[in-house]
Amino acid sequence: MQLEVHPTRMELLRLKKRLVMARRGHKLLKDKQDELMRQFMDLIKDIREIRTAVEKALEQAFRRFLFVSSAMSKAYLEEAVGFPSKTIALNVSRRTVMNIAVPEMQPTVEGEIRCYGFATTSSELDSSLHSLDQVVGEMIVLAQKEKWMQLLGEEIVRTRRRVNALEYILIPNLEETIKYITMKLSELERSNLSRLMRVKEIVRAH
Amino acid sequence: MASSNIAVLGDKDSILCFRAIGVSVYPVANSEEAKPILRRLCRENYAVIFVTEPIAREILPLIDDLAKGALSSIVLIPNNQGSLGLGMENIKRTVVRAIGADIFAESQEK
Repeated sequence: MQLEVHPTRMELLRLKKRLVMARRGHKLLKDKQDELMRQFMDLIKDIREIRTAVEKALEQAFRRFLFVSSAMSKAYLEEAVGFPSKTIALNVSRRTVMNIAVPEMQPTVEGEIRCYGFATTSSELDSSLHSLDQVVGEMIVLAQKEKWMQLLGEEIVRTRRRVNALEYILIPNLEETIKYITMKLSELERSNLSRLMRVKEIVRAH
Repeated sequence: MASSNIAVLGDKDSILCFRAIGVSVYPVANSEEAKPILRRLCRENYAVIFVTEPIAREILPLIDDLAKGALSSIVLIPNNQGSLGLGMENIKRTVVRAIGADIFAESQEK
């Protein structure tokens, strides 16, 4: 679709400048999209591996815990795990990847898991909690990467829309309009020339 | 409860064990109960919220919405009855949305 402008030389110059700018922007955005895509692929591959591992490990940890909870009385179990001295806190800092702010999580672990008496608990509880404890680190990495994946995915969608808008709408429009103005101007030029010739003829006839 | 900005949301039997390793635990019986809690957790800036898949299955749209708005990361985990594959499904959906095709479809069949 042609833009609505007056077919003047000024307008033509302006449009030509815009076209150059649009082409440059398009190239930059396209490069950005390619790089985003590359990083996204790497990330996805990572995430799939980590998720498979985490799901497997969690399943095992859950199974162990299930055995423990079936062997122990519920009240004792809740008492044993209900008041942990261990805390995991996450230090969340921001990092910029490809101009997107992404969270970076650093866990800080304090205290011990085993803060219950030995009289009412079994050694299986120790080992099941220990295995769970090992999974949590991986789970945090997974959480971080999944958030990155989400943010990166949104950015890819946004960038693609912009690339497409430039490539299929703005740049063709500008080109068409420039062509229209060029045609119009040369047509004017020709009509002016023929008018001059005609006038000259009339003058010569007198 | 010990302060931690990691939360686990799910059925009580599955997530009780997380309490012992110092993670905030929010037991819920069903997805309806989970909704307001999930909203609150997002507002309170938990960095990571783990949701068990059976609970998450019913409230996926809400999870998507919240994950988009908040800085917190909502991650689906299997519960003690095994994985439903929702977590993987979630990854697949993101890939499809971003790239426009499921490029891992083949590798999944293998």
